Amino acid sequence: MLNAAIAFAFICIAAALLLNFWRLLRGPSAPDRILALDTMYINTIALLVVFGIYLDLTAFFEAALLIAMMGFVGTVALCKYLLRGDIIE
Amino acid sequence: MSMMNRLLPQPLFSVFLLLVWLLLVNTVAPGHLVLGTVLAIALPLFSSRFWPDRPRIHSPWKLLRYIAVLLWDIGLANLAVARLILGPTRKLRPAFIHLPLDLQNEFAISVLASTISLTPGTVSSDLSADRKTLLIHALDVEDEAAVIAAIKQRYEQPLREIFEPC
Amino acid sequence: MLETLIALFLVIGGAFALIGSIGLARLPDLFTRLHGPTKATTVGVGGILIASVLHFSSRGDGLSLHELLVTLFLFITAPISAYLIARAMLHLRGGKES
Repeated sequence: MLNAAIAFAFICIAAALLLNFWRLLRGPSAPDRILALDTMYINTIALLVVFGIYLDLTAFFEAALLIAMMGFVGTVALCKYLLRGDIIE
Repeated sequence: MSMMNRLLPQPLFSVFLLLVWLLLVNTVAPGHLVLGTVLAIALPLFSSRFWPDRPRIHSPWKLLRYIAVLLWDIGLANLAVARLILGPTRKLRPAFIHLPLDLQNEFAISVLASTISLTPGTVSSDLSADRKTLLIHALDVEDEAAVIAAIKQRYEQPLREIFEPC
Repeated sequence: MLETLIALFLVIGGAFALIGSIGLARLPDLFTRLHGPTKATTVGVGGILIASVLHFSSRGDGLSLHELLVTLFLFITAPISAYLIARAMLHLRGGKES
């Protein structure tokens, strides 16, 4: 049963990533694309964690934590760029 | 007492840091307890001058209760939002709401804004320059005044009791 | 029993992650789109991380709670990202609402 649940989670997250990618390509505005990227990295964290459960390995958590931090910094930097026109004040 | 105050300017923050450290290394081995305690004391000391008016938490128990209420509401919020997303989108009545703020503390305002973003159908989107109104976007509004009253009663009132009792 | 619980959290998490992304793809304008990812996706990842906590704690080498850190981080940062994106959108529209 665990395997079926893992497969279900994989399918859901893969579909979610495809939908996000579609929104990323389609836009229409820059904030839309930033939001799509932001959602993509959150889904990537979910994918990594499910993969960790699947392989029974704990080694992926540091990667997940790093993706969470870098993704957040990236989102903030992109939004700051739109708001101010430059990143470093 | 003053010695204690100088060594531990933010006791709750120190406890939080120790917990984060233990979670990060994922063990409660004695060595990591010692290292975590050292970090939990040293970091607030070194970073204290970045917090010119640091938030004072007057009642930690009310904060815990607030967090419990918040987690429960996040669960409910997600069921509501899932229904709205999967339902017919034509029926949605999205709207901007201006929420007049009673809170003054900056940290309390940011906690309130984050709370609003995580709970049913509302995302906080802008704070006016004078910090008196918060612009909220809601996904499906029936009665604007009811939304404002609900936020004030459920979240703002407890936050005032936690951060700025008069 | 525990396996059922893990499976349940995985299914809930996966479903909410998908619902959030459906909201992102389907809803009509940016401000409504913000609602999907900030709530549903965050909770979806939360559910999957709880499943992970349960799974690795049940292997016998002690509690494994560091996934909670990722959950905590996401719950703190998701509203901030949403706030900044909404502000960027308002800024691009020249500060006008709707």
